[in-house]
Amino acid sequence: MGMPITVEIIDISAGEQDINEVFSYFKYIDEKFSVYKDTSEITRINSGEIKEYDYSEDMKIVFTLSEETKIKTGGYFDISASNGKYDPSGLVKGWAIYNASKILEKLGFNNFYVEAGGDIQVSGKNNEGQNWKIGIRNPFNIKEIVKALCVENKGVATSGTYIRGQHIYNPRQRNKPITEIISLTVIGPNVYEADRFATAAFAMAEKGIEFIENLPGFECYMIDKNSRAVMTSGFEKYASV
Amino acid sequence: MLRKFFLSFFLILIFAFYVLFQNDRAEDKGAVFQASNKNKPVISTPDLSSNAPSKSSSPITPSQESQAPKSNSLKIFKDGEFIGNIVDAYYGNVQVKAVIQDGRIIDTRFLDHPHQRDTSVAINDYAMPILKTEAIQAQNAQVDIVSGATFTSYAFQESLADALIQAKN
Repeated sequence: MGMPITVEIIDISAGEQDINEVFSYFKYIDEKFSVYKDTSEITRINSGEIKEYDYSEDMKIVFTLSEETKIKTGGYFDISASNGKYDPSGLVKGWAIYNASKILEKLGFNNFYVEAGGDIQVSGKNNEGQNWKIGIRNPFNIKEIVKALCVENKGVATSGTYIRGQHIYNPRQRNKPITEIISLTVIGPNVYEADRFATAAFAMAEKGIEFIENLPGFECYMIDKNSRAVMTSGFEKYASV
Repeated sequence: MLRKFFLSFFLILIFAFYVLFQNDRAEDKGAVFQASNKNKPVISTPDLSSNAPSKSSSPITPSQESQAPKSNSLKIFKDGEFIGNIVDAYYGNVQVKAVIQDGRIIDTRFLDHPHQRDTSVAINDYAMPILKTEAIQAQNAQVDIVSGATFTSYAFQESLADALIQAKN
């Protein structure tokens, strides 16, 4: 898989089989939704091999959630590319992590986190009995963090790419590359919500922070190419000193 | 899990090579690159004043960077352009080209990188309060987990490592 996954369960009854159940779930997700796998359901949908009436249940759910997210974000979240192919990965990642956390809840665990590719769902307390502490990676030096967050039962997702020379295009101005913002972190009620809105907000470039500011229950920390950050008005309550 | 091991190994390899050829002496300066650490990373660096990596975490000092290798036999890398393999960065592919001159990496270029998904329609015009801004600063805090757009970084390192292996003398 192209994405690192971390699971930590504090509850002492947890065993390797519980963590493996989470990893198996992610493997299932990858095999269904990865656009880089020839045999995945999404690839076969994009090739025309699988028709809409034959989508699996999980695929139907993802398409429905994607449509709802597209409406909520004024179209800035859109799984359709201009070539007519679908890529729902901007929603699937958070949704999968969220589902994985539900698997652990059903197994009876209360204190854990699930992290995949830098997006996180936390539950309960860490092994010191305190709220989980999450750092925001410095996009200019990945060995450093630039913010330390203290969160309880929330999801945290970071959108962005740390590529020099990255070109992200505003769909209304395709000739003009967006290079202003490098990293955008959203704190939401869960990681599914945080991820889909972080994805949409990043596509809005510097206006993304405004979108999140106007979204009740969400906070955001946005870093631009000049190492300046903007934060939503309720963000600092999560930033431990 | 195995993939994580190889990524960590390549990252350490890059930095080991980089330190070695920046330094005329044969001994390794003990450069250690801490790959993304899931167990309470402790990061201790001075405040950021620019985009450059802070000196305490980088093994390269300015005086070392200005030293040129004395002879071809000390060069770790051959001169030229070396293209790394294509690496799945989850959101797309990454492929890196390393340009080596006088045994040093003088440039890295992206031959392929993830493209933003197409979107459509305008964003509503909101009335905005003034939001707080700040210069980002490295924190010394101990955290349990780190959030970041990591895939592309790992993919970049992996593709670069592959290019450097080809460049190795």
